[in-house]
Amino acid sequence: MNLIRDLVNGIWKENPIFRIVLGMCSTLAITTQAQNAIGMGAAVTFVLICSNVLISSTRKLIPKKVRLAAFIVIIATFVTIVDLVMAAFFFKLHRALGIFIPLIVVNCIILGRAEAFASKNPVLNSLMDGIGMGVGYTLAILIVGGIRELLGSGSLFGLSVFGPGYIPFLVAILPPGAFIALGLLLGLMNKINQRLAL
Amino acid sequence: MRDILEMIIILSTICVMAAISLAKVYDLTKEPIASQRRLARLQMVNRVLAPHDNEPDQSAVQIPLDTNDGKNRSVLVYRGFQNGKLTGVAFEMTALGYSGQIGVMIGLDPDGTIRGIEITSMNETPGLGAKITEPQFKEQFQGRSLANARFKVKKDGGDFDQIAGATISPRAVVQAVREGLELYRKHKEAIVR
Repeated sequence: MNLIRDLVNGIWKENPIFRIVLGMCSTLAITTQAQNAIGMGAAVTFVLICSNVLISSTRKLIPKKVRLAAFIVIIATFVTIVDLVMAAFFFKLHRALGIFIPLIVVNCIILGRAEAFASKNPVLNSLMDGIGMGVGYTLAILIVGGIRELLGSGSLFGLSVFGPGYIPFLVAILPPGAFIALGLLLGLMNKINQRLAL
Repeated sequence: MRDILEMIIILSTICVMAAISLAKVYDLTKEPIASQRRLARLQMVNRVLAPHDNEPDQSAVQIPLDTNDGKNRSVLVYRGFQNGKLTGVAFEMTALGYSGQIGVMIGLDPDGTIRGIEITSMNETPGLGAKITEPQFKEQFQGRSLANARFKVKKDGGDFDQIAGATISPRAVVQAVREGLELYRKHKEAIVR
């Protein structure tokens, strides 16, 4: 029962993007296309799951005073592995995401979950938390990316939706569009949550 | 004292394990990454090069660039051969665009006429400057050479269309192409030999 709660937690109640509002840098930068969102989501999910499991299983061994240093080394290792594997087997995606793959190291979601959850909970719960947070992150940036691509390029996953006659709403794929789209979505989420709470 | 020792040992162990696993992954991915890079490059080269039956990167030549910053830089010129006869050359030039360097792969016939160009790397504004990657823009270079065109955008009195709302990016591409053509003219003997 607790496992399911930990899994669902990251998808809605503590969604890293819409509820905790962490990891904004990469979220704003890469959500110009829905496809980028999937790739970034997969990379972050992989790192989250691996670091959560490893940190949780070594949580009694790591001394409190050096825990942050240990977490960052572990996270950086997994991120580098993702970076290399992506460059080797998903070359196009790796080029599209560019610098934001190495920057997953400093994505607050991952260190945040290591510190707030994995270092205090059993392995299985941490695994669930990692999956839930990863899926929550992926869904959230997929929504932002989908909206921005639809408005800004008139396509979804690179496939034209509105046809060639559509005049793109350019602002949507420029940086200001990221802030506007995310702001409106955050407001919408707050509204829905207020409704649910009543 | 015991605390400190424990911290040192554990942190060192973590770092050593991280280093070992990274070394292993690096080793496993080294070749796939290198071949992916080569393929991506060759794809660009093949798109602008005349039909050929060789591997253009196997018969490439290094041509030194004239630089005014004192550094030695050179351009790798890929050459295409058909039945042992040179059919075309391709090489990459760069110019400063609106946001960062724009890389342009230029394909030439042996006489110095442009066969095609491709944008290899750029970071221009989506929807504006990024239109330099669209066929309409790239195709206007086909068949042009230093002899039959003025390599400037129309706004500067040349023969090439700028893009509405973004003049800097096309200007950079045109400049890169012009420099490429001048480079080829200057070093033609060394390249065609």
